[in-house]
Amino acid sequence: MATIQLKQVEKKFGDAYAVKPLDMTIADGEFIVLLGPSGCGKTTTLRMISGLETVTGGQILLNDKNVTWLHPSARDIAFVFQFYALYPHINVHDNIAFPLQAQGEKKELIDERIKQVVELLRIQHLLNKRPGGLSGGDKQRVALARALVRRPAAFLMDEPLGALDADLRETMRAEIRQLQLRLNATTVYVTHDQIEAMAMGDRIVVMNTAVVQQVGTPTEVYYNPANLFVAKFIGSPGMNLVQGQFADGVVQLPGENRYPLPDGWKNAMTRGENVVVGFRPESAHVNPEGKLHGEVYATDMHGSYNMLHVNMAGDNVVHLRADRATRYPIGANIRFDIDPPMARFFNPQNEMALRRQ
Amino acid sequence: MASFAESGPRRPVVESIRVDKVSPGARATGAVRALIVLLVALIMLIPIYVMFATAFKTRIDVTASPPKIFFQPTLEGLVLLFTDRALAAPARVQELQQLEAQGKLNLFEQLALASGQEITGPSPYVGRIVNSLIIAGASTFLSVLLGVLAGYAFSRFNLPGKDDLLFFILSTRMLPAVVVTIPLFLMFRQVGLYDNHIGMILLYTVFNLSFSVWLMKGFFDEIPREYEEAALVDGYSRLQTFFKIVLPQSVSGIAATTVFCLIFAWNEYAFALMMTAEKARTAPPSIPSMIGRGGVEWAAIAAGSLGFLIPVVIITFALRKYLLRGVTFGAIRQ
Repeated sequence: MATIQLKQVEKKFGDAYAVKPLDMTIADGEFIVLLGPSGCGKTTTLRMISGLETVTGGQILLNDKNVTWLHPSARDIAFVFQFYALYPHINVHDNIAFPLQAQGEKKELIDERIKQVVELLRIQHLLNKRPGGLSGGDKQRVALARALVRRPAAFLMDEPLGALDADLRETMRAEIRQLQLRLNATTVYVTHDQIEAMAMGDRIVVMNTAVVQQVGTPTEVYYNPANLFVAKFIGSPGMNLVQGQFADGVVQLPGENRYPLPDGWKNAMTRGENVVVGFRPESAHVNPEGKLHGEVYATDMHGSYNMLHVNMAGDNVVHLRADRATRYPIGANIRFDIDPPMARFFNPQNEMALRRQ
Repeated sequence: MASFAESGPRRPVVESIRVDKVSPGARATGAVRALIVLLVALIMLIPIYVMFATAFKTRIDVTASPPKIFFQPTLEGLVLLFTDRALAAPARVQELQQLEAQGKLNLFEQLALASGQEITGPSPYVGRIVNSLIIAGASTFLSVLLGVLAGYAFSRFNLPGKDDLLFFILSTRMLPAVVVTIPLFLMFRQVGLYDNHIGMILLYTVFNLSFSVWLMKGFFDEIPREYEEAALVDGYSRLQTFFKIVLPQSVSGIAATTVFCLIFAWNEYAFALMMTAEKARTAPPSIPSMIGRGGVEWAAIAAGSLGFLIPVVIITFALRKYLLRGVTFGAIRQ
């Protein structure tokens, strides 16, 4: 397996950046997820690592060897495509054998390797079929088999589960993760689905508008988002963000709400400064003595919990997770509290998170 | 009433109930439609039938009025088509008459006696069919080959001035052939390509190229790039990818392009008439020229047209399953 290093890698189309200069080190056996909305540059980054896209600046190192200008075929990297890209004119066996034939391997070795990999993915029964007749999940398993059979230095996956339906996606998610752990395979995985990213990644690279917003473990990006974009993008729904003004240890929020700052934050901001208060739905609790209040705007029953949409005033709607047994009539005024350690603060000007001091 | 879904069928289902329940009315409409299609097809086929029948009629039957539907088929037309003849000397005619009295005449001798002409060798038509085969074959091969390569490049690479080039290629087809014939004729004569196989091959190749480039580009556009990208990361070079992945998937496109190019090159008349005389003359302009020799030999003309039709029919038939996709290409996305 391998380490991958990106040094100031960038991609420009004309004058427009698809990816702004980007530094990243991917450790041996690590599962890295590139996450972001469409057009954020995540797929371009992946394609630059594979060599399918040329870089317009910077260096790509694979196992400390500079591969920036190597042909894709010379990089020893496997790529799994969203739409599988199984060769339609040959059967599954030949599809899986295809990369090995490129290396000029002997037939016995090819057969041996294919046997191993189809057992691993449990697709022995598909070998003589054409890819056209397979189900989405099976196609993706075959595509994975084709990637695995070579034993490449690293795996690159471009939304491999994007074309599958929700149910299958969860199964395949676990399957890929399990394979990756078993093989200790360095993997770069692109997705726009933050749930997938949270579930699979060792680390997540959140990208937006060609720029890396934050790199961190799923816990880090979830609980300590580096900026407003990450706070909003991760989680469903994202973090609640309410703008207010800081003065005398209290943040004035819309609707006469006064939120006293938890410990450690008072020095992070100056008097009169605008701040954005952020909190996750599950770190707010309905409490008759709560410091904040608002009007119930809507409630969604999610089975194990109720999601309350609470309007604090003037369309500042926040989401709270409430216990499923209690009913909250629409229009009722309720009071709630935020778990003090779970409150986050952002600077609305530069959109960056404030740090506890 | 309890629905079927809740209560299930009242009786066990031993055979499917929803197949073949076509109402008699619908069946009748289907039959009427089939009949109309058949009639239209028959009407369309009349000229082909007339040509086919004429090719096997005798000289007298050809011009008989009203036309004969039933007649004694003969190979006279074919013989006339493929042979050169000269007037038989009176002595030879007498000899033949004697032989006839003994009933020892073969087909050729019967013909010689009937027409007063004797076969002296193969007609130029044989050589012209060969010319047609060479010129149509070579130009089709070249235009498809170049069309595949150029179409792939236009489909996949960011060439400088790509749109202008494509338009330029298309524009070579904008003038009707008649307009360019004279200047081409003068240029061809100047550089020694007049009445020359290479000249004709070049001419047809260039003429077909715009068509084959555009058609092949369309086919390549339809093949997702991901297949090639997958092959590239799987360890293949661009060229290997082209041969192993792209070509097998564009077989139908290549087949369709081949047939269209071949039909054009095979049937082309105006250029061939102007640009060739003896050496490189193809079959189409030489079929009507048979009118001029010893009266109108309708049977020979029909036989020539028929023989001329056959190669295209065979190839079109062999490639028909690709052709259907070829003519509807772009209409369906996978």
